[in-house]
Amino acid sequence: MATDSLNPRSWLYPTPRGLYCEPGGFYVDPAVAVDRAVITHGHGDHARPGHRAALATPETLAIMRARFEGMPDTAQQSLKYSETVRLGEVEVRLAPAGHILGSAQAVLTWRGQRIVVSGDFKRRPDPTCPPFEPVPCDVFITEATFALPVFHHPSDAGEIGKLLRSITTFPERTHLVGVYALGKCQRVIRLLRAAGYDKRIWLHGALVSLCRLYQEHGIDLGDVAPASEAILETFRGAIVLCPPGAIADRWSRRFAEPISAVCSGWMGVRARARQRGAELPLVISDHADWPELSQTLKDVGAPKVWVTHGREEALVFHARSLGIEAEALHLGGRDEEDG
Amino acid sequence: MQAFAALLDALSFQPARNAKLRLIETYLREVPDPDRGWGLAALTGGLDFPAAKPALLRGFGEDRIGPELFHLSYDYVGDLAETLALIWETDCAAGPPPTLGEVVDTLQRASRSETPGILKRWLDALDATGRWALLKLLPGALRVGVSARLAKQAVANIGNKPVDAVEEIWHGLTPPYRPLFDWLLHDAPRPSSNAGGAFLPPMLANPIEQGELGALEPAHFRAEWKWDGIRVQVAASGGVKRLYSRAGEDISGAFPDIVEAIDFDGVLDGELLVRREETVAPFNDLQQRLNRKAVTLRMLADHPAHVRLYDVLRLDGEDLRALPFDQRRARLEAWMALKPRQRFDLSPLVTFRDWAHLAELREGTTGDGIEGLMLKRADSAYLAGRPKGPWLKWKRDPMLVDCVLMYAQRGHGKRSSFYSDFTFGCWREVERRRELAPVGKAYFGFTDEELRWLDKWVRDHTTNRFGPVREVLPDLVLEIAFDGIARSTRHKSGVAMRFPRINRIRTDKPAAEADTVDNLLKLAARAAIDPS
Repeated sequence: MATDSLNPRSWLYPTPRGLYCEPGGFYVDPAVAVDRAVITHGHGDHARPGHRAALATPETLAIMRARFEGMPDTAQQSLKYSETVRLGEVEVRLAPAGHILGSAQAVLTWRGQRIVVSGDFKRRPDPTCPPFEPVPCDVFITEATFALPVFHHPSDAGEIGKLLRSITTFPERTHLVGVYALGKCQRVIRLLRAAGYDKRIWLHGALVSLCRLYQEHGIDLGDVAPASEAILETFRGAIVLCPPGAIADRWSRRFAEPISAVCSGWMGVRARARQRGAELPLVISDHADWPELSQTLKDVGAPKVWVTHGREEALVFHARSLGIEAEALHLGGRDEEDG
Repeated sequence: MQAFAALLDALSFQPARNAKLRLIETYLREVPDPDRGWGLAALTGGLDFPAAKPALLRGFGEDRIGPELFHLSYDYVGDLAETLALIWETDCAAGPPPTLGEVVDTLQRASRSETPGILKRWLDALDATGRWALLKLLPGALRVGVSARLAKQAVANIGNKPVDAVEEIWHGLTPPYRPLFDWLLHDAPRPSSNAGGAFLPPMLANPIEQGELGALEPAHFRAEWKWDGIRVQVAASGGVKRLYSRAGEDISGAFPDIVEAIDFDGVLDGELLVRREETVAPFNDLQQRLNRKAVTLRMLADHPAHVRLYDVLRLDGEDLRALPFDQRRARLEAWMALKPRQRFDLSPLVTFRDWAHLAELREGTTGDGIEGLMLKRADSAYLAGRPKGPWLKWKRDPMLVDCVLMYAQRGHGKRSSFYSDFTFGCWREVERRRELAPVGKAYFGFTDEELRWLDKWVRDHTTNRFGPVREVLPDLVLEIAFDGIARSTRHKSGVAMRFPRINRIRTDKPAAEADTVDNLLKLAARAAIDPS
């Protein structure tokens, strides 16, 4: 597959606006509005408004429309997983990334050389999206959000068990669960359902519309309702999901003696959990942990790896020790709070 | 081990006392003997593993994942035990994880050379939380924000008994405390309390203000100084000599000078002080000697400890607690008159005609050695706990300074949405420029309504954010009350306040007119040279 003489950096390279594919004439997840963009998934640091044309999975485009008031000024081209399209001289395919609904890796092929821009990904099963597909390639571009050997995300079921156990121990207290509005929220609801929790789950107003979007895409969230519709007494022993910031906000004062749970990969490190004021830190992450990153490098078998946002140093070191030619690729504008 | 690990993990993130109690109670009820007893021993500081010291862990991390990745990891996490717990991978082939009892039993017997191998085997078998808990056990102090007293309260709660009933027998019990659980949960007889050096729950006083004194008859009360140390109990019987904090913690290890001077059989109530010749040293000096496992000879010489006696509970096997205060006092005085005693003296009674006279005497004290006055009914028996009426504490009026609010941090539990921890500063001059230097931190003293007001003020005047902390415009003056002040090298400003709290919000005062660090240093200097 490889064309040894072709330098991959000659056709895909970082610019201040983002990662640019020259023969294709497009950016991947650009940091600012551009003429033509390929978007891996709907999180705000990857999908931005104002592009003249955007290519993404149908689910990602739906998420972008929900967030950017319908995006009437963007020419939208949807590409289902496993379909292929040509942009300029480059063949583009979107492969599942297992990160959130609609999330994809951009598989780019030009003159026989293949580069995979994996965006954000994880390897463990997620009931809200298809699993990550390892695509053999010449260059693999990987995130490094949790690229340190200290990050071994425990089993989702075990973490959800902690939450349910806390409700048994403190049946009179409202459990406020801080979740990122897109992806984490809906996954946590599905995990609760899978653990047999069938009571109504209450939602902060900021989570309602994306939950509805997931339901429209066939993801069954069970009985969910906006928290604003209920009287205070209802919340004793209840689960209320909210954006992490709302726990510290005046909004949370309406609940009696709330316990603050926060779901994020960062919760695995105690100091980070304390900084967030979490009384019940739950390590539930939508990003690959250290073993998953390491396994992925082996699975895709790329001789070259470019490492983007996160703890690049450790992953570059590790990849080199596996005999891979690895380097850090400095891209601006990535936000790592959505762990 | 997993249940205990889950308990420690939950406790370490739970700031609220009642929630901690609930977690410990649940653990003690659900976990069978003997593990629950070992868990209780760990929480009350009753475990010691002489051969398993944290220094053994050095090298574990580098051996496991190589020096580069280990140091990147350690830098990121910042805590050695936690880093090791996280980088280690569970090995399914290592067999089932150990029980807590197995861990305790094995570590107590293992030699220094065997211990690393044993630890590695357990690290393989446990999950990350289990590994973290195991490594926390090694130094003996868990640091999850649970005092021995709180753990004992939880034990008492599972059997619906008062905590003092547990305290009285505690020092006769040994881990894993099976007779204690049999008594609390299975109606077995109460374990006996006649072990040597047993702790007797102390009697505590309620606060009183000057205005409330008029309703009381002066002749019914005896007055004594309330010394600014820590309240202790000296207990000696059957050859066992102990010094306890008022919460029943055995602090003998930190005060060998006191324990050595015990040559009697009895239980005495007094104040632990650092005393140099006739002078009571500032509280800060005493603090240097607290919370130490071992004391250096130099510390013993520079910071000599002393107990000033208030009361007597037992003497030569006789329980005196039912006697009225006057009779106990007479027994104590007669006993002290028998011979001169090193490291013990009698706290004198303060004689007074009426409340106005006593108020005058109270005003006359300014130094750091005295915190106020104690009033005790002449006929009061020595009762455990804090009964209403017989004993009253009349604290000295606090010192007041005007400070400027600098930073605010969100609280915990009920206060987690409120900025309720306040750092305040005073002015000082650096290179001809006036700047604020932080001098202390307070998180109480205000009403709920004032808290709401302060929270809003902080949100409206934020200039910078650092995680849960907000920096605010230096524009709000807070009147800070505190009970003592001393020079301190550990604080940036050079002074440490004792018991600071927010007395008043001074919206009427311009920030530029707040106090200076120099003023505080003068207060500290005066407190140091003018002990009463």
